[in-house]
Amino acid sequence: MSLFFDYSLDGIANGMVYATLALALVLIYRATKIINFAQGAAGMLTTFIAFSLLSRGMGYWWAFLLVLIIGFAIGAACERILIRPLHGRSELNPVIVTIGLLVVFEGLAGAIYGNASRGFPAAFSQSGLRVGGTTIAFSHFDVFILIAVLALMAGTLVLFRYTALGLRMRATAFSREIARLLGVRVGLLLTLGWGLAGIAGSLAGLLAAPTSSFGPYYMDLVLVYGFTAAVIGGLESPVGALVGGLITGLCISYVGGYLGSGLEPLGALALLMVALMARPEGIFARPPARRV
Amino acid sequence: MLEVRDLSVSFGAVQALRSVSFDAEPGAVTAVLGANGAGKTTLLRTISGLVKPHEGSVSFDGDPLVGRNVESVARMGVSHVPEGRGVIEEMTVEENLRLATLWCLRKKDRQAAIVETLDLFPRLQNFRRRQASTLSGGERQMLVLGRALISRPRLLLLDEPSLGLAPLVTAQLMALIRDQTEGTDLTVVLVEQNARSALSVSHHAVILNLGQVVVSDPAATVAADDALRHHYLGF
Repeated sequence: MSLFFDYSLDGIANGMVYATLALALVLIYRATKIINFAQGAAGMLTTFIAFSLLSRGMGYWWAFLLVLIIGFAIGAACERILIRPLHGRSELNPVIVTIGLLVVFEGLAGAIYGNASRGFPAAFSQSGLRVGGTTIAFSHFDVFILIAVLALMAGTLVLFRYTALGLRMRATAFSREIARLLGVRVGLLLTLGWGLAGIAGSLAGLLAAPTSSFGPYYMDLVLVYGFTAAVIGGLESPVGALVGGLITGLCISYVGGYLGSGLEPLGALALLMVALMARPEGIFARPPARRV
Repeated sequence: MLEVRDLSVSFGAVQALRSVSFDAEPGAVTAVLGANGAGKTTLLRTISGLVKPHEGSVSFDGDPLVGRNVESVARMGVSHVPEGRGVIEEMTVEENLRLATLWCLRKKDRQAAIVETLDLFPRLQNFRRRQASTLSGGERQMLVLGRALISRPRLLLLDEPSLGLAPLVTAQLMALIRDQTEGTDLTVVLVEQNARSALSVSHHAVILNLGQVVVSDPAATVAADDALRHHYLGF
C-alpha cells in the first residue's frame, strides 16, 4: 500500500511537468492547429542556457527568470520567422518545420555542450519530505514543481478568462477571420501565443532536468508524455492539459513501479491508444458546435 | 462616403468582379443585389480587406482602403458582418460584444456600451453569459449586428443578414438597420438575396450580374421597374 502511495506521489510530481509541456502544446495547437514537435527541444535548449549561466555563477532564481524570458523570445521568433511565412499552405508544412527545429536544437546542444548527460541542480532539496516519522516520495523540489505548475496554470486561466488580452487571444484561436474584422491584431497575438508556449516549455525543461539524465535528448520523453497528456485533455483546453498530465504521470509511474521502468514509454503509448479509442476528442474537448 | 472605382477581383481563372464602380452615401442604405455568384460577397470582402483586388480602388471619406490589412480597415470604423452569422461560438454573448469594443473604447466605457447594445436587442439580455453556440439563428444575427454597431462604425457592411431567418425576424432586422442609419452619418452597404425586403429599407440599389454592375439606381426606381425586377431579381 505504501508503495502505491509512493508511486502516486511520484506520478503527481512528474505529471505536473508533463502538464506544463502539454500546456505549451495546447497553447500553440488551439491557435494555429500545429503540433510543435520542437517544444521539448526548445525547453532543453533554454535549460542548457540556464546551465551555462549557473556554471558562470549566476544565482539560481535570476537564471530561472532569464531563461523563461529567453523561452518566450525563442517561441515568438519561431512563429514570426519560420511559421508565419507558411500560412495558407499545406497544414503539414509547419509541422515538418517544427520537426526540423527539433533536430536543429538537439544538434546545436550536442555540438556546444556534448552528448554526455550530466547533472542539473534543483532549486530545493530532492530528498523526500518527512511526514510523521516516515519519509515519503515527495521532495521539497516536488513541492516547488507543484506550486510552479499550478501558478502557471492559474495565470493562464486568469489571462484567458478575465483579461482583454486573453479575450483577444481566444478570439484569435477560435475564429481568426472574425477577430481580424473586429480590429484584433491577430499576427501580434499569434506571436504572443507562441511566446507564452515558449515560457511553459522552458519551465518544463527546468523542472524536468534535475530528475532526468540531463543532456541534449532528455526532453524527448517529456515531449512524448506531454503530447499524450495534451491528447487526453483534448488538445485545446489548458485544464485538459493539467488533468491529462496528472493521468499520464500516474499511469507511467505505476507502469514503471510495478512492471519495470523500461516499459514506461510503452505504457504511455498504451494510454494514448486507450484514450483515443475511448474518447477520441479528448476529455475536455468542446462539444461540436451546433450548426444553425 | 464610400467610393468604389473600377474594382476587379479574380480567383485563378474566375473573374469575380469586373470593373465595379459605385458610391454609397452616408445616412443611407445601399443595397447590393443579384443572383448567387454575382460577386456580392466578394465585393464586401474586398472592401474590408479580406480579398485583395488586382485592379481598382476603394476609398472611404477620402482614405484609401485597398492595401491596408483587415484589422486596420476595421480600426478605421468599418464593421463587416460576414455571411453565415459570424458569432464566436466558444464565447459568451457578452464576450462577443466586449471583443468588438477593445480597440475603440476605454475600459470604463465598455460595460456601458454593452448595456446600451443589449437594450437594442432585449432578447439577448437574458443570454448575456450564455455560450453563443446555444443561440438560435435569429439571436445570432442580432448578436453579430449588435457587435458590429457597438464600435460605432462609420461604414457597416452586411452580408445576407436575412439568410435563414423567419420573415417576421427579417422585417424586424431590416427596420433596425434603417433606424440605425437614418439621420446619422452611418453608411450601410447591404448585400441581400432577399431583394424585396432589402429594397424596402434601401435608398439606393446596385445590381450585380456576373461580377459587373448592371444597374445603379435609387431603390424606389428599381422596385418600380417590373422588367428589371423580373430579369435580375426574380420577383
